[in-house]
Amino acid sequence: IMSQHIFTLFILLGILYLAPNSEDIRCKCICPPYRDIEGQIYNQNVSLKDCNCLHVVEPMPVDGKDVEAYCLRCECKYEERSSDTIKVTIIIYLSILGLLLLYMVYLTLLEPMLKRRLFGHSQLIQSDDDVGDQQPFANAHNVLSRSHSRPNMLNKVEHAQQRWRRQVQEQRKSVFDRHVVLS
Amino acid sequence: MEEEDAAADPYLPYDGGGDTIPLQEIPRRGSNYAMSNGGGVASSTTHLLDFLEEPIPGVGTYDDFHTIDWVREKCKDRERHRKINSKKKESAWEFTKSLYDAWSGWLVVTLTGLASGALAGLIDIAADWMNDLKEGVCLSAMWFNHEQCCWTSNETTFAERDKCLQWKSWAELILGQAEGPGSYIMNYFMYIYWALSFAFLAVCLVKVFAPYACGSGIPEIKTILSGFIIRGYLGKWTLMIKTITLVLAVASGLSLGKEGPLVHVACCCGNIFSYLFPKYSKNEAKKREVLSAASAAGVSVAFGAPIGGVLFSLEEVSYYFPLKTLWRSFFAALVAAFVLRSINPFGNSRLVLFYVEYHTPWYLFELIPFILLGVFGGLWGAFFIRANIAWCRRRKSTRFGKYPVLEVILVAAITAVVAFPNPYTRQNTSELIKELFTDCGPLESSQLCQYRSQMNGSKAFTDNPNRPAGPGVYSAMWQLCLALIFKIIMTIFTFGLKVPSGLFIPSMAIGAIAGRIVGIAVEQLAYYHHDWFLFKEWCEVGADCITPGLYAMVGAAACLGGVTRMTVSLVVIVFELTGGLEYIVPLMAAVMTSKWVGDAFGREGIYEAHIRLNGYPFLDAKEEFTHTTLAREVMRPRRSDPPLAVLTQDDLTVEELQGVINETSYNGFPVIVSKESQRLVGFALRRDITIAIENARRKQEGIMLNSRVYFTQHAPTLPADSPRPLKLRSILDMSPFTVTDHTPMEIVVDIFRKLGLRQCLVTHNGRLLGIITKKDILRHMAQMANQDPESIMFN
Repeated sequence: IMSQHIFTLFILLGILYLAPNSEDIRCKCICPPYRDIEGQIYNQNVSLKDCNCLHVVEPMPVDGKDVEAYCLRCECKYEERSSDTIKVTIIIYLSILGLLLLYMVYLTLLEPMLKRRLFGHSQLIQSDDDVGDQQPFANAHNVLSRSHSRPNMLNKVEHAQQRWRRQVQEQRKSVFDRHVVLS
Repeated sequence: MEEEDAAADPYLPYDGGGDTIPLQEIPRRGSNYAMSNGGGVASSTTHLLDFLEEPIPGVGTYDDFHTIDWVREKCKDRERHRKINSKKKESAWEFTKSLYDAWSGWLVVTLTGLASGALAGLIDIAADWMNDLKEGVCLSAMWFNHEQCCWTSNETTFAERDKCLQWKSWAELILGQAEGPGSYIMNYFMYIYWALSFAFLAVCLVKVFAPYACGSGIPEIKTILSGFIIRGYLGKWTLMIKTITLVLAVASGLSLGKEGPLVHVACCCGNIFSYLFPKYSKNEAKKREVLSAASAAGVSVAFGAPIGGVLFSLEEVSYYFPLKTLWRSFFAALVAAFVLRSINPFGNSRLVLFYVEYHTPWYLFELIPFILLGVFGGLWGAFFIRANIAWCRRRKSTRFGKYPVLEVILVAAITAVVAFPNPYTRQNTSELIKELFTDCGPLESSQLCQYRSQMNGSKAFTDNPNRPAGPGVYSAMWQLCLALIFKIIMTIFTFGLKVPSGLFIPSMAIGAIAGRIVGIAVEQLAYYHHDWFLFKEWCEVGADCITPGLYAMVGAAACLGGVTRMTVSLVVIVFELTGGLEYIVPLMAAVMTSKWVGDAFGREGIYEAHIRLNGYPFLDAKEEFTHTTLAREVMRPRRSDPPLAVLTQDDLTVEELQGVINETSYNGFPVIVSKESQRLVGFALRRDITIAIENARRKQEGIMLNSRVYFTQHAPTLPADSPRPLKLRSILDMSPFTVTDHTPMEIVVDIFRKLGLRQCLVTHNGRLLGIITKKDILRHMAQMANQDPESIMFN
């Protein structure tokens, strides 16, 4: 289910990004200092065909015959952006970050408290020991000989979550405690 | 894949090192996938036996932190392909299936490219925004960073084009005033606060959700592509956490980049998509082809250089690179680059922030400073590798490594405190590189471009002459020198932290700073001494002669080459960044010089050094084995060791077999005809034996502890009241590779490299003598190079 969600997220992202951009266009003309006129930047919301010095530089600081010389020095660039893409991206990112933060707070603070209240202190210790200290070089023999029959779980999500947490604990041991990988 | 499905499909490598291997029966899939190489002929013809010998589920998969058997995987793939081709003509459905099988490779690669491009766009946009969050917010639209916020402001003057009304710095928001010492201190404080909180969040997320998401990822991907298995390293959670925390780590101002982690992200995408297609999910060798293509896509979106990405994948990351992979890697890189371009994260239709276009020529005498920059790059690379490895080793072995969160916070705090006062370190490193690469034109108002104009007032403007430096340039040079020293020191401590960290951008920044300083120095030299022979020949006063921006680029390439020892791929990446063949010669001169200088101090690049630090079983294809040892000096058992643990082909009982497995920790056992003759039959893996025994005990009745185990085709003659014997022929590899004990080690190492073996049996006069594993070879090579052979940890 998780991978399907991620897949749909990718497709959504793809559709959003490849959709036509909103009307965020501008023509930016940069005119360097000329005689006693200082350098100026002119921005205007014009389309590509109107993106030249004559349309964008208003008011024109020089007059008459100097306009051409002034405009020759100016460099006009047409730029386009998509503010919708940026907005959607930031919102998606912040929401995922927020969800992860909430889940992290739940996992580290709330869940042990809830478990302790519901099941008592002894169960908590036992489940910690159960995870055990498994070497990454665990023999398949040891794994099999523990004779776990396939658990009849009513809640498959609980089972998957347990497996994932064991996996993360293994990874944490390898990386942080034993410094075996990714030193 | 879904966790529920993982339990149902036994061919999916299961996640985690502690779970049971599901042992349901799978529907019969025709000829036996678990058959070894060489047994294929027999199994496809004898269908009667296929009914009796169902493939044992779980056989043919690998343990975590073990090496795959390339030969077996390739044979499995050829078998599958033969089966599909033979059934192709039966019906239209089979024909469609064969077409789907042929095209699934392209589909995986396309999906990987799409996902990589999309994720890279997300990372770029989010990182830009969060970076600017340290300075202020945009009041009209909170999701815009500084540049986007001021995008629509009209008629800003030249000098104040970065200020606009909607963008408020924190001092303005909190204190109400924008200038003055109070607001400077408030800005400083908010900068440190945001940097620390981002770094803390990043390391907490990594520690709680996906510890494999830290570091650069390229050393581990190199090892994975050479045949190693690290379960979970390319999984969904690692992907998600790496994406999210990469943005946080970059935004916190730490001296790291995002190119290496982008390669990891792309490989995760490739791995996840390959699980949708059974052709790739069941075969570890084919999956690595997809991963090669994915890493090319990763570099392509990092630099906007598709060809450079393919060459990087070929040169740095991949181990086996067949020609088919070349075409697919290129396709993935192009798709990823196209997706990123259409997202347009930087608003200028470029893929990388520091894309520059130069058209100014360079002169032959400039080769001298370019080669000097190459020497600097090589020296810095050698110094950085030594220092970083020493620091990482200390972190690995002492108590200092027990506090990763504290370490990250400390490094982030030092970085933020020292970086804020210097404007060149306060800004985003990519922006710094862009500023250094960009040449000074009439449009630039940065401090670096404040040259004194030599003309009088009537011609106040000049187009890029050789100008004397104004006071702005001198102060900029001082600040750049300080920034250089700061970055050199901080990157040593930052690379290897427990957050996603890349190395490309910091080394390019160091090189760009050094290059720009050298460029400005040469420019001033050319101005003040324009009557020297060198300059008089080529430069004219008032004409464009030296472009310091080009020196920055060459310096960046030299430093990056010095630390990673990339050659072709680096030149191609930089030339794709600059868009022209004009500068190929200076680039190549600098890169080659830096590689030679760096190699004089040590042959390894940073990634190979980290592989050796972690003890991964990576047999480097670039090193040459030049010693004259023989196979019998490397093989096990040595004279002082207990004899080789072997299995006889029909003598053992289940109890004895389990005893052998329990008492030893070897990964595989040779099977011989009998203890007297010692003639070799085949090789059986420990994991396969244990799975087969468990499976037999559950599924077949009558298997007891004193049942006979036989590896032959027909059961041995047994007394009438003995329990049912157990046939284990299907897990036996009937064609193990053997060498004689007098084979030179050069040939043995060559065989291991070219075929991707895990172990090789040693015979003497036709009788089994010993075994050489990949770990033995790596230890032997380490011993020959006077390194610690016990540092090789995995096999």
